[in-house]
Amino acid sequence: MLSKILRMCVNRETCEVAVAPNRTLLEVLREDLHLTGTKRGCDDASCGACTVFVDGKPQLSCIVLALCVQEAAVNTIEGATTDGRLSALQESLINEGGLQCGYCTPGIVLAAEALLEHTPEPSESEIREGLSNNLCRCTGYSRIIHAVKSAVKTKKMPAGTDS
Amino acid sequence: MSTQDGHRLLDGHERVAGRKVYLEDVRLAGMLHARILRSPHAHARIVSIDTSKALAVPGVKAVLTGEDTPRKYGVMPVGHDETALAVDKVRYVGEEVAAVAAVSDEIADAALEKIVVEYAPLPIYLSPASAMGARSEWLHEDRPRNVEKEYHHVFGNPAAGFEVADLVVEDSFFHPRVTHAAIEPHGAIGRYDGEGRYTIWTSTQTPRHVQRGVALALGVPAKQIRVIPCAVGGGFGGKSETFSQDVVSAMFARITAKPVRMRLTREESFLIHRGRPENHVHMRLGMNHDGKVTAVDCETIQDGGAFCGYGVATILYSGALLGAIYDIENIRYDGYRILTNKPACGPMRGHGTIATRHAFETLLDRAALELGLDPIAARQTNLLQPHSRTVNELRVTSYGYPECIERVVEASGWHSKRNKLPRGQGIGFGGSHYVSGAANSISRGKFPHSTVVLEADRDGAVTLFTGAVEIGQGCDTAQAIIVATALGLEPGDIRVVSGDTGLTPTDLGSYSSRVTFMTGNAALEAAQQLGEKILTRAAGELQRSSDLFFSQGKISSRVDPSFSMPFLEALRLAVEEEGTLVTKGSYWPPREAQGGTFRGAGVGPGVSYSYSAQVAQVSVDTETGEVCVEKIWAAHDCGKAINPLAVRGQVEGSVWMGLGQALSEEVRFSPTGLLLNGGLLEYKVPGATDSPPVEVILVESGDPEGPFGAKEAGEGSLAAVIPAITNAIYDAVNVWITELPVTPEKILAAIEQDRQKKKPTQRVAATLPSTAKVT
Repeated sequence: MLSKILRMCVNRETCEVAVAPNRTLLEVLREDLHLTGTKRGCDDASCGACTVFVDGKPQLSCIVLALCVQEAAVNTIEGATTDGRLSALQESLINEGGLQCGYCTPGIVLAAEALLEHTPEPSESEIREGLSNNLCRCTGYSRIIHAVKSAVKTKKMPAGTDS
Repeated sequence: MSTQDGHRLLDGHERVAGRKVYLEDVRLAGMLHARILRSPHAHARIVSIDTSKALAVPGVKAVLTGEDTPRKYGVMPVGHDETALAVDKVRYVGEEVAAVAAVSDEIADAALEKIVVEYAPLPIYLSPASAMGARSEWLHEDRPRNVEKEYHHVFGNPAAGFEVADLVVEDSFFHPRVTHAAIEPHGAIGRYDGEGRYTIWTSTQTPRHVQRGVALALGVPAKQIRVIPCAVGGGFGGKSETFSQDVVSAMFARITAKPVRMRLTREESFLIHRGRPENHVHMRLGMNHDGKVTAVDCETIQDGGAFCGYGVATILYSGALLGAIYDIENIRYDGYRILTNKPACGPMRGHGTIATRHAFETLLDRAALELGLDPIAARQTNLLQPHSRTVNELRVTSYGYPECIERVVEASGWHSKRNKLPRGQGIGFGGSHYVSGAANSISRGKFPHSTVVLEADRDGAVTLFTGAVEIGQGCDTAQAIIVATALGLEPGDIRVVSGDTGLTPTDLGSYSSRVTFMTGNAALEAAQQLGEKILTRAAGELQRSSDLFFSQGKISSRVDPSFSMPFLEALRLAVEEEGTLVTKGSYWPPREAQGGTFRGAGVGPGVSYSYSAQVAQVSVDTETGEVCVEKIWAAHDCGKAINPLAVRGQVEGSVWMGLGQALSEEVRFSPTGLLLNGGLLEYKVPGATDSPPVEVILVESGDPEGPFGAKEAGEGSLAAVIPAITNAIYDAVNVWITELPVTPEKILAAIEQDRQKKKPTQRVAATLPSTAKVT
């Protein structure tokens, strides 16, 4: 299959990759760009481990053909930290025990950030709904949900306040 | 860093930032890619395989078939019945038949389609009944009637126990096959150094078992195999054996002189799953008017699939752990592990105990209700004593089950709810337990089960080398906490190197809920020895006696509070004198914990046992049959929580996994043996919207032999949740559910049967002893 040049902005940096038309965004991110934080769990949009942002919206990269994101802004888990600092949500996930094996975690982080983006103070059922595309086989979700709630509280606190 | 509730995972930052390196994130220069051709037949002879057209595909570097993989292996010494690729015959749809290594997965996949295999189909056995009825064409020639193993155990005098019972209840229970469904798929990368040495990166809980299995399969000494487990993306028992890809990637690496990577699809991960077998349990339970259980008789038939795997252990656990939670003097157990033409089963969280525990806890409730007893009171009538031996020769030490019951009854408001909620709502109880590390190793020999090495050097680093594998359960962090506590340091001061067989001392691995207890004890011993060296040198330097101790990064004096020396200073003095400090600790299970001498006595003895008591509150929609679990209260006796944050997470995860088995999970096959639901959409694990809150109560009974009193937390809570839910369903709508998963159809059918009074009573005898009949 003839490759085409895919041009996109990944984690705020422009890149160009030669991509065969049948390659998924997940494969290009992981195998070509070596952005291995995005995880492959199912290849059929059933687990959510491959969640990334495409033009600000969460997408399951295992079912997005790479050439469909031509000129798009793609943000992955590698772009979720700022200058190596974790987000409030990432810190909460560690502190609340919201991860165990961590394989689903990059997808959970991005799905939850997407939720908080449009619903800054979600109810518990909104959090559960917001994470319903993401499977976690370790935690039973309770601690992930606590972590999201805790991150909301942290964000509401004025800067410099000790938690 | 500490949180209010324990310690953060040492590598939490890397995990939430997507920087942790899992198997599939490993890249080696020049890597080839291999794929596997799988059998379309459930049972067939391989007449011929023609790989010539596949080899001719541009980009293909090598092809392997069963002719190249004649050596048998298996995780248990009694079950060496597998080869990396099928030899002469296939035994399930999906079994590995041939493999191709190529420059890309796509080319390897295309080449697989060019391999021509001629099969001669054989009779298919998909149920234990059909398999046991076969007169010929067994899956394995040396397993007549497809019986992998059968055990017949009698402890005490069951016949007499039933004779004196005031009531005998019995029923049949069915649990379909379920699977781990870790989110990380399986895979492997093999590398060969040209000098006879192999390195295998694989996602495994048990690198030493993989090392041994690959060595057997390749016919090379184990010392020439190095296994690196990477970060493991979920295990739950499903990554505890040598898999085909471990062997095949290594063979390809030798043939092609390049590293070879194998990534399995989600469906392939389902096919090779080694999950929990289908269980057919028939159980009878005798009870006296006061609630005392007089005897238990249990028959378990397990559909183990095509190979032994851990199957012998699974069928033995099913019977052995009828003991060690209640005081039962008379037990009869008949267990059959059957081979069928389906993917092989193996260990899954709560290994072997789930179906029999569901049966027992259901019958105990049923008998109690018929005798007019509260189910809790009936259980309290049958408690063990701590530091006792059971009739099947299991040694019980710490025993926090009574407290678990009390705490969970109080937290759930049991007495104000049981039998008092409106129809359609109910509350139910279940109890369970699990070994805190098996007292007998599946590999033979008198070796320790764990060894931990500590190294402290002039740069101030304290490094812990352990063969236990961090699979998300938090064992790297737990061991660091243990060592840090002994040396007055912070867990973050300890660098943990784990799992890699090329760098770490032998540990049996992260399974059987053994790591906190066994590896933890080894770590503690190593830390105490390291501390001794440092304190001795410091005492010599300062000409002080034995009044020194570690605290908060310093060495302090018991008699002179003004004295202190930084840990790093004391370490430097000791290294100046001795060079790099190296100590080790090892753990052997005590002989008295290793059980009896009867056939099959090796499985069931634990060095200790954890206990769980759970209450589930449910609502049942009598129109639709839908069951909603509103809340679960779970009290778990973990001995002592080394890291409460992780312990609570383990209990919640276990409860939730049991909930999935209770309500929705089931691996299904077509009449030709084809896996029907090998995907995470089709195999339904609970999602965030259908997972109830779980209130965890930690009970710390303080085990006399566990490190700081600790014992397991990762498995013991799984079994209790299923009977807690089905007993709650009875409280809600007066039907006993004995077949999993509890689907709306089953609820509606049971309610309808109950309404029409068609369902015969399951009671065998509900009369006074003089007329009680034992059949």
